[in-house]
Amino acid sequence: MSQSLVITSGKGGVGKTTTVANLGVALASMGNKVVMVDADIGLRNLDVVMGLENRIVYDLVDVVEGYCRMRQALIKDKRIDGLYLLPAAQTRDKTAVNPEQMKELVRALKEEHDFVLVDCPAGIEQGFRNAIAGTDRAIIVTTPEVSAVRDADRITGLLEASGFEKPELIINRLKPRMVARGDMMDIPDIIDILAIDLLGVVPDDDYIVVSTNRGEPAVMIESSKAGQAFKNIARRLRGEEVPFMDLSDKETIWERLKRLVRFSQGG
Amino acid sequence: MLFNWFRARQKSKEVAKDRLRLVLMQDRLSVAPAVMEEMKDDVILAISKYVEIDRAGIEFSWKDIDRKRALVASIPIVALKRGRTATDRASQRPY
Repeated sequence: MSQSLVITSGKGGVGKTTTVANLGVALASMGNKVVMVDADIGLRNLDVVMGLENRIVYDLVDVVEGYCRMRQALIKDKRIDGLYLLPAAQTRDKTAVNPEQMKELVRALKEEHDFVLVDCPAGIEQGFRNAIAGTDRAIIVTTPEVSAVRDADRITGLLEASGFEKPELIINRLKPRMVARGDMMDIPDIIDILAIDLLGVVPDDDYIVVSTNRGEPAVMIESSKAGQAFKNIARRLRGEEVPFMDLSDKETIWERLKRLVRFSQGG
Repeated sequence: MLFNWFRARQKSKEVAKDRLRLVLMQDRLSVAPAVMEEMKDDVILAISKYVEIDRAGIEFSWKDIDRKRALVASIPIVALKRGRTATDRASQRPY
C-alpha cells in the first residue's frame, strides 16, 4: 500500500528539504517507487538539493492548471531507479494552488508510487495548508534549539487539529558532544517537552553541506553518519524495526584540552 | 575569570528546557478570540443563575501567576437573585 507523507517544521532552515531528499534517495534505493513533491511554491529548493535543477521543464502549478500531464512534469533521477521529483513553480506564489487541488495531486501520485514525500514550506499559512492536504502521515523536523522546538509544538497542534492523529518527530543536527556537556537539549528532553513519537535522530554532519554543494544527498555516501541516520528512518517508514543509532561521540583527551584552553582564553 | 570558572552555573540545556516549558504553556493556552467569546458567554450564563450582573462591565483576561496561566474574570454584580440568598435558603429548610 502506498504512503503519502508531509515533511514539515514550522520554522525554516531546520532541514526539511534535506530530509525529503535523503529519505527519497534512501527509499528508492531500497526498491521503492518514490516521488518527492516540492510544495514550496515561489521558493523552490528541492531541485538544487537533489542536483536536478537543470532538468526542470514543467512544474507543480503547470500540472494543477492542466498545462501538462503529470508524467511530463516528473523528473526522473538517473542515479537511482524509481526516484522522481515534482518541482515547485518558481515564478508563482502559494496562492497558485489550493488544498483541494493538492489533495487530487497527491491522490494521483499515490496511484503510481509507493511513497509520496511532500516538502512543506516554512510557516503556517496557505503553503502549509496546501502541503498537508491529501497526505496520510506527517513528519515534523526540528533541531535541538528553543526556537525550532517551540515551532514544532505549534505545528503539532495544527496538524492534530487538521486530523493527523500521530505526527512523528525527526530531531536533526544533534551534536552529541554538546549534549554530553549539557549545552544542548538531549533526545529525551525534547520528546518529553513535545510529547510526540520519535521517528529518528540525525547527528550534525559537515558532510550535509558538502552534499548540498554537490547536489548529492548524504545517503549516497557510505561514510556519512547523517546519511546512515536517514537510511534508518527510511527503513522505519517501510515498517521495519530499527534500533536508534548510538550517537555518543567521545572527545579525545587532546580535543578536550584544546576546548578547555579555548574556553578559558575566551573567558 | 576564576570566579566565573568556579561559580556553579546552570547548564544551558536546563535553561533552554525551563524557558521552553514556560513558553509552550503560554502558546498552548492561547485561545482563539471566538472560543474566548463562547467561554465568556457560558461563564456569564452560569453566574446569571445566581446573581444579576452588569454585562457591560465584564472583563476577561489572562494573567501569569507563579509560572502558571490564570483566567481572570471581573464580573460586576448588581444584585443577588431572589431565592438565592442565604436567608431565603434558610427559610426553605423544613425545620
